[in-house]
Amino acid sequence: MKLQVATMLALYSVLEFAADPGRHVAAAEIADKYRVSPHHLAKVLALLAHAGIVESVRGVGGGYRFCANARRLTLMDVISLFEDFGVEAPNNLVDARPQAVDRVLAGVLTEIDQIARATFSSITLATLLRLVREDLERGQAAGSGPA
Amino acid sequence: MKGRTVLPAPASAPPRPAPARRTAARTVQVRAVRRTDLEAVIALDASVTGLEKRSYWERVYRRYGCARKVEQRWFIVALLEGRVAGFMIGEVRDWEFGSPPCGWVFAIDVDPAARQQGVGTRLLDEAKTRFARDGVTRLRTLLHRDNVLILSFFRSQGLMAGPLIPLECELPTGAAR
Repeated sequence: MKLQVATMLALYSVLEFAADPGRHVAAAEIADKYRVSPHHLAKVLALLAHAGIVESVRGVGGGYRFCANARRLTLMDVISLFEDFGVEAPNNLVDARPQAVDRVLAGVLTEIDQIARATFSSITLATLLRLVREDLERGQAAGSGPA
Repeated sequence: MKGRTVLPAPASAPPRPAPARRTAARTVQVRAVRRTDLEAVIALDASVTGLEKRSYWERVYRRYGCARKVEQRWFIVALLEGRVAGFMIGEVRDWEFGSPPCGWVFAIDVDPAARQQGVGTRLLDEAKTRFARDGVTRLRTLLHRDNVLILSFFRSQGLMAGPLIPLECELPTGAAR
């Protein structure tokens, strides 16, 4: 599965904010960390703010902060802001193929979508943050943690 | 390939109402189910699924609640202040679908009024302990993909998608003779 760049950026950003909910994180800090265009990131953050996941904080030390519930917010909640998930897969050949083929292929793609949707819907940010922490701990225990 | 009929467990029930607000932490106790707990279990299941399944639970109790230790089947209840606040049913299954022996949790449920107080976690911890004692190193469960609440719970406890993929089909009408 491949998600759009904006979706991945939104996930990284939300995780960054949710890891330390009280902290105001400057957009530039995230743009720098993930080496993305601040302009592109601003659009992503605006959408997250509009959805009530983060809120902007003005003034000195301003930026964005997490304002959702990490134990309730799922990956699907974030991803669905950026991806047309679960809609019928585009098929440019619809008119050139027999309908039965379209239906059967659509059924297979729908099956994949449903499984992906269930997976994204069942993983909260709190769960993902815990997995990240555990992965870091395992890496450090094995002596291969990040420098 | 060996297959078994999986009892229609509450673990595949539809999503439920939002949990009650967290109150002061209370001690959760777990123990093997007793005959006197069955009414509370039936009532809990009925409140969650909207359907009272008395004869089903009687059968489950006889099979899992009265199992000998060697049968490696568990029916555990969680108690909050002496009241049944949840239950978990599981068993060790050997070489099912070609898989080495592993622990199956096929039903787990928590009273909506007792949610977010560690009841589910305590039940699952107990299952892990019992399965480990039985010598298995893997725990499995099966859920409906729409059951986001329980899916999220298991995810929060570290469970991930496994290598088995469930498949099913409709049988043609009149196939049974």
